Amino acid sequence: MAMSAGAIESLIRTAIPDARVTVEDLAGDGDHYAATVVSEQFRGLSRLKQHQMIYAALQGRMGGELHALALQTSAPD
Amino acid sequence: MSQDLVAERITKDITENPVMLYMKGTAMFPQCGFSARVVQILSHMNVPFKTANVLEDMELREGVKRFSNWPTVPQLYVKGEFVGGCDIITEMYQTGELATLFSENGITHSVAA
Repeated sequence: MAMSAGAIESLIRTAIPDARVTVEDLAGDGDHYAATVVSEQFRGLSRLKQHQMIYAALQGRMGGELHALALQTSAPD
Repeated sequence: MSQDLVAERITKDITENPVMLYMKGTAMFPQCGFSARVVQILSHMNVPFKTANVLEDMELREGVKRFSNWPTVPQLYVKGEFVGGCDIITEMYQTGELATLFSENGITHSVAA
């Protein structure tokens, strides 16, 4: 099973409505993506907590349907 | 092994080993690019570390994800604290935060080049 970039983006936006999200397909197999997420909700959170928010938004697909998701998260400057 | 036993074993592992890496494969023969990357970083910094191969133990593989509320492996623990997976360790290595973390925890390492 694989996921589309659009599916990843909408899951993240659903959980983090103000997020600016870009998703890049690294391998063209629907399994290896890189995502950049910028959201005010990340302000003051550790990098670990920010990534955990993204994994929660993906509702358990990370590590299953989605094998690899390189994450870059930050609060807006 | 019940979920509690796995959690107990993980707690023991990360308490007894200042730098504990749950990975796919072994330090000598990593079986996943992300795991290999973390091994490479730790070796480059000359940090003594212990590994556990989650591919040999499915209960450990699922148990460590529950334990840290982190859905993937590899997972690095320093002084009993979950630090992150490949992305975070790589970023911390590049920014120097990893060297700082080791120094603050009295873990010998050579400063990242």
